[in-house]
Amino acid sequence: MAAAGESPEVLFWVGCMGSFDDRAKKITKAFAKLLNRANVKFAVLGTEESCSGDPAKRSGNEFLFQMQAFANIQVLNAYEVKRIVTACPHCFNTLKNEYPELGGNYEVIHHTQFINTLFKEGRLTVEGGSFKGKRITFHDPCYLGRANDVYEAPREVLQKLDAELVEMKRCKQRGLCCGAGGAQMFKEAEKGDKEVNVERTEDVIESKADIVAAGCPFCNTMMTDGVKHFNKEDEISVKDIAELIAEAADL
Amino acid sequence: MISSIIFSVLILTTAVIFIVRIRQINANINLGRDIDLSDRPSERWKTMARVALGQSKMVARPFAGIMHIFIYVGFILINLEVLEILIDGVFGTHRIFYQFLGSDTYHTFIGFFELLAFLVLFACVAFLVRRNVGRLKRFSGTEMTAWPKSDANIILIVESLLMIAVLTMNAADSVLFALPDATVMTAGLSHYTGIEFDGWFWFSGYLTGMLPNDPTTLFYIERACWWFHIVGIFGFLIYIPYSKHFHIFLAFPNTYYSKLEPAGELTNLESVKKEVELMMDPNQDPFAAPAADAIPAEPQRFGAKDVTDLSWKNLMDAYSCTECGRCTSECPANQTGKLLSPRKIMMDTRDRAEELGAHKRKNGAEADDGKSLLGDYITKEELWACTTCNACTDACPVNINPLNIIVDLRRFLVMEESAAPNELNTMFTNIENNGAPWQFAMADRANWRDE
Repeated sequence: MAAAGESPEVLFWVGCMGSFDDRAKKITKAFAKLLNRANVKFAVLGTEESCSGDPAKRSGNEFLFQMQAFANIQVLNAYEVKRIVTACPHCFNTLKNEYPELGGNYEVIHHTQFINTLFKEGRLTVEGGSFKGKRITFHDPCYLGRANDVYEAPREVLQKLDAELVEMKRCKQRGLCCGAGGAQMFKEAEKGDKEVNVERTEDVIESKADIVAAGCPFCNTMMTDGVKHFNKEDEISVKDIAELIAEAADL
Repeated sequence: MISSIIFSVLILTTAVIFIVRIRQINANINLGRDIDLSDRPSERWKTMARVALGQSKMVARPFAGIMHIFIYVGFILINLEVLEILIDGVFGTHRIFYQFLGSDTYHTFIGFFELLAFLVLFACVAFLVRRNVGRLKRFSGTEMTAWPKSDANIILIVESLLMIAVLTMNAADSVLFALPDATVMTAGLSHYTGIEFDGWFWFSGYLTGMLPNDPTTLFYIERACWWFHIVGIFGFLIYIPYSKHFHIFLAFPNTYYSKLEPAGELTNLESVKKEVELMMDPNQDPFAAPAADAIPAEPQRFGAKDVTDLSWKNLMDAYSCTECGRCTSECPANQTGKLLSPRKIMMDTRDRAEELGAHKRKNGAEADDGKSLLGDYITKEELWACTTCNACTDACPVNINPLNIIVDLRRFLVMEESAAPNELNTMFTNIENNGAPWQFAMADRANWRDE
């Protein structure tokens, strides 16, 4: 696109989970379909994208983080990127808050915020019928909610589904972590008497939701594993908000 | 006359002991690295007004929040009555404000303070019951050893006794005032004449029935309570800076210096930035000698091993902590039985600053006691259990940031000691080689488009 002298409306930062993880790739595809449906001209960095550095930074490897940031900022600035949308709250937080000081200044948007804007601008419409009668609960990702105070956009998007939205007893600012952040995704948990995602899945079961709406590929994996732990995968499904909207839009 | 002298000596002694201790704490906080937090003053004042003055985060838990507001408001406003007591003490007067306010206003004035005193007493008793009978989970835990538990009880008991003393003092006084002046004069208590009220004070009135009618006995009860109350306050003032109760002072500066950036934002280490820039700059001569006039900077550690590597704000956080445990009770790692407890991180940091500060006062500023925060106080297992979810920073009623300390200690482990868990080292290698935390080829990054 850049070679053709065109500039996209937004750059879709796919992230490592969204690029490589089989489950998260479905989220990536669902979101891309939504962008196409809404006629959003978007670009991806493809093979030029690299890890944002979040897991390195949060586990204390500041060197590796800054090396990654440096490389990514060079690529992003070379393409004169202004707006970035991402389906990963970890990339979202890092690009939005930690890149500017290192020379990367972009408007960074989480995909739930972006979808919400598309709805508000009338570029995207859905019939929520297929979810009628379902109970949906939203699991707040730490790096979207507490870390960046985004609580309403994902909920507003879910309103479009014509389903019953229920909150878990711990939600929004007091939402419980899924257990993956701070690089926990990549290691075994320390010794304890329970896994964090199991604790969180108990909240889900208590809410009697049929669907857990996630906004983060890490949370998605953790919650899916949590539901499996209780052998409830037939009753409770874990889906990203982009997938739910794409499903409602028959994409 | 003699009592005025004794009283003045007590005030001065208390002030000296208090100031000496405050200077110690100030020195201990300044063991930390210097950071500049002088930006955005108006935003900072607002945060302080909202969080400390306005108690906005306390009420997230309504019962504790409201009880705490009783004690907080009582504590601040009752100082007006303490002012009267101080003036009386120094000048040998009795209820000096009565002269200025007149009977009716003074009656309401004292009545209002009795209401506050009653609410404080009620809240303290409720807290004592909750702490010692209620078995709330967040009041136990490995860091809640004998001292933190007694500290909490001492504070609540002392505050209760002070309030009981005030109420009893008022009751005895009002019975004395109600006695015929002649009777009081005969007992040689001319001080207690000339003050008249309609009826008893609002709350202490209920105690008057228990008191005798003999002016001399009433006098001794009133004086005993008066001295107990004010000497109790002096003693408490000396005690506070050795206790978790110090939060009543530090809550204000600590919220003023709150982190104003989004909670998810971590600082970019300046020292690392320089290294990365050097590494990435093709025009750099790797063998260049430093410029002759360059001031050799003191080598700074990457990350933190001890309190001297943390910032002064981290240490102010530690001294502001009142060990309420809201952080720990919200911590996902702690809830699932891991060793990590954000409250312990803060208490360890404070205890280590205390220890190192005392060592340096004794043996000179350069003295090193061979111990460190990491290792001697905080273990790796605690640090690696953190999910960086910010539940602790969000829960803290005075905006303490345990996460900042955890990440700084992790930075030391990874960058100075290469002591990350093996799986994380694998993740690092993958990012370095493949640009992703897993072993996938960079070239496969866009495969999802064709699947």
